[in-house]
Amino acid sequence: MNKPIRTISLFCLLLFVALMINSTYLMYFRAGDLASDPQNRRVITAAFSRERGAIVVEKEAVARSVPSDDKYKFQRTYPQPFKYAPITGYFSYFSQTGIERSENDVLSGDDSRLFVTRLVDMLSNTDAKGGNVKLSINAAAQTAAFDGLRALGEDVQGAVVALEPNTGKVLAMVSNPTFDPNALAAHDFGAVGDETARLEKDPATPLINRAIGTTLPPGSTFKLVTAAAAIESGNYDKESMVPGGTRFQLPQSTNTVGNHDGGNCGGSKITLTQALAVSCNVTFLTLANELGNDAMADQAEAFGFNATALEDLPGQAKSLYPRDMDEPQTAMSGIGQSSVTASPLQMAMVVAGIANDGKVMRPYLVDEVRAPNASLLDKTSPSTYSEAISSSTADQLTEMMVSTVEAGTAGVAAIPNVRVAGKTGTAQSTASRPPYAWFVSFAPADDPQVAVAVLVESSSTDRNEIAGGRLGGPIAKAVMEAVIAP
Amino acid sequence: MSQSGALMGFVHRQRRGAELFLLLIALAVGIGAYAAVGLGVEGTIPADLIGYGGWLAALIVAAHVSVRLLAPYADPVLLPLVAALNGLGLAVIHRLDLAAASERGFARQQLIWMTLGVALFIATIFFLRDHRTLQRLTYTSGLLAILLLLLPFAPIIGNDVNGAQIWIRVGPLSFQPGEVAKLLLVVAFSGYLVQHRDALALAGRRVLFIDLPRGRDLGPILGMFFVSLFVLVAQNDFGSSLLFFGLFLVMIYVATERPGWLVIGGAMFASAALTLYFFGAKLGVGHVVNRFNIWLDPMAYYDKSPGSFQLVEGLFGMAWGGLIGRGFGEGMPERVPFANSDFIIASVGEELGLTAVMAVILCYGLIVERALRIALISRDGFGKLLAVGLGSIIALQVFVVIGGVTGLIPLTGLTTPFLSYGGSSLVANWVIIALLIRISDHARRPVPRMSAEDADLDSEMTQVVKL
Repeated sequence: MNKPIRTISLFCLLLFVALMINSTYLMYFRAGDLASDPQNRRVITAAFSRERGAIVVEKEAVARSVPSDDKYKFQRTYPQPFKYAPITGYFSYFSQTGIERSENDVLSGDDSRLFVTRLVDMLSNTDAKGGNVKLSINAAAQTAAFDGLRALGEDVQGAVVALEPNTGKVLAMVSNPTFDPNALAAHDFGAVGDETARLEKDPATPLINRAIGTTLPPGSTFKLVTAAAAIESGNYDKESMVPGGTRFQLPQSTNTVGNHDGGNCGGSKITLTQALAVSCNVTFLTLANELGNDAMADQAEAFGFNATALEDLPGQAKSLYPRDMDEPQTAMSGIGQSSVTASPLQMAMVVAGIANDGKVMRPYLVDEVRAPNASLLDKTSPSTYSEAISSSTADQLTEMMVSTVEAGTAGVAAIPNVRVAGKTGTAQSTASRPPYAWFVSFAPADDPQVAVAVLVESSSTDRNEIAGGRLGGPIAKAVMEAVIAP
Repeated sequence: MSQSGALMGFVHRQRRGAELFLLLIALAVGIGAYAAVGLGVEGTIPADLIGYGGWLAALIVAAHVSVRLLAPYADPVLLPLVAALNGLGLAVIHRLDLAAASERGFARQQLIWMTLGVALFIATIFFLRDHRTLQRLTYTSGLLAILLLLLPFAPIIGNDVNGAQIWIRVGPLSFQPGEVAKLLLVVAFSGYLVQHRDALALAGRRVLFIDLPRGRDLGPILGMFFVSLFVLVAQNDFGSSLLFFGLFLVMIYVATERPGWLVIGGAMFASAALTLYFFGAKLGVGHVVNRFNIWLDPMAYYDKSPGSFQLVEGLFGMAWGGLIGRGFGEGMPERVPFANSDFIIASVGEELGLTAVMAVILCYGLIVERALRIALISRDGFGKLLAVGLGSIIALQVFVVIGGVTGLIPLTGLTTPFLSYGGSSLVANWVIIALLIRISDHARRPVPRMSAEDADLDSEMTQVVKL
């Protein structure tokens, strides 16, 4: 009987080898796949129970983990929830958004830059902690932007972005309506689920960061891009005489377009500076029509359209300047209408580029990454996104924008003893909705420290009042003052 | 048996000292794991560590002393392997007790069952001085096995747990008679086959290099096939059904030395499996089809009912454990339903890692290897068959349950020998080891004409024994 016993032994050997190979495959080679399965509660619970790093603005944490006495050991808290929610996002048991998501590796401690920290934690048998993320936000500017926007009404729909022109640092980023991330980070998952459902159903979309996630026609603020393209073409400078007048005849069409106030912009031939100061539609329709779709699209893309530039936040919408518009559409694009759409961040990049001698810096939010013991692991170094316009074009545009503030439609943003450059915008969508109010500006004009874009989609203020910079101007002014003042 | 003549020249030594040394290591595993559970889960060494460790040590020493006195030539590796697995199982069950929402003491109960198991182990080697006496009980044990399999259907004591009709309950005690039945079946098969092997082996015709048996000799295999089907359909116990039939196939093959039996059995198994897969739903065993579908794509059934929640949570747990595991108290093995019985290997994997899973599989592999080795050197046909059968039970059971939990084969409900919580299984497995110890003592004992003086050779060099 020994021969079959030996055969059976071989068979048993095969069975056990198969078990070993399969266990190795499951627990080593397939472990990564299983760990990233969304149904795997172990991974999520572990992340949820860990002491997550803080998100810091200047010296203060806007998101941090504090010990809690339930089974998850730590509770994520947001001390200034509404003001910072669009940036920090939330960290719930079910999902993450904002910096909580994009910097999750650092905050949870899994980032490769935290390897040494992790090793020390493991060897000393202490619970692993996450690293800290320091934002580029200027707390005073953020507060000014938030308070300014909220002053138009608690439920106003709008956003503010402020950039540091020569670095690309995001100094302020506000979006309203906003939400309370504390309610979503709670450990009572039933309530969290209800709150998430409520926020997702809200027609005012409080979970969307409008500063980067909403693109709307930029209106008259886009005239800056048209003017830039015109000067870059070499045929114009700020003193060039350009067509004014009351109406523009759209090509291939019987339609005509007039100016926002029905006036004639001060004559049938005006300077480019004058055209921008009074936000003359006829001038910029003519210029865009003359420059054509390609030149306009090239200029728009140089400022960042048709792409996303900010790498630190999820949920960005691409600002669009289509390359296939026909002549009337191209003409209309010159005043920021037809198919052109821009996010507040995009318009902030346009003015920041003008402010920074034509160089658009890549915007960034994460300034520093620090280990749990506060030692510096990484600091973002500013990088150029594109050379959108020449330095002389930038200078001329700056002068034009300064006179728009000093003697034109953007006077509301003037700051005593500071030369401010600005431009207003009002864009139509449908008749049933109020127009969008835009305002872009930077200051001081000769040494720019801050560039701002404000978008007010709808507010509880009277519809007729939305013209020029009456809604956005004071907010932009407050933000600029907050940055310049100290 | 033709080769046993060649083995006569080799004299096995008792090696009881080696066994004691290995037992100390096994004890260190059991007590160490218990202490580690206390440290990991509660932060302190358990207050009852000395009492617990003492009890465990007493059981193991009692088993060792009994072997020393009653079966001095027995295989020295079996007992330490079993002790280590049993100790580890107790620690993991204790860890799962601590994770439970309400106070419970499965580990304590398991320790009582282990005590009973060791007592039966000692009783077996005490009363059963020669395993061949079991040959007289061939038909008795066969009948008893069938009675035990029918017992869960008896009124009052029969008990349906989780859809499987495999339990009996008397007062506070519940018992799975199938666990004992498999032991009795091995005895019955061995006795029957050793008697009828010539008829089953010699008659028949040759088809394509394979000797097929005669039709009239197919009776036993058909009978066993229907018993397995009965277990599957009536008791809803796919695992045991597979185990019984596989066991019978292995034993008839070993007894007759004819691979033809494997071909016939394999064909029967394949046709039964295909029939079940395609017509299972109509035949009232839809759960088998369901298990098969889940095996093909476990993730798709995660939140269905009946679904793969248990299996997938086990897979997640094992993957979460990785190479070295989370450590006791750091994982979430309690997420897996029945983590302390069928899925205990997933708990081991989650908190002790691939390293421990490999070690556990290796321990089982060694137990099977020792059992088959005993079969090889055993001098009588009955002993050979008995040892092969007992070893195969462990091999098949481990393969079916660990393979099922790790997703290698469709999941079937079976306990992991010595690790899983469950009295019937633990006690039955201790008796299996006792039988193997008895057969090995018989097989390794020098033939009487050898002088008795050179019995104590513990101090000599280890020799590689090649058989």
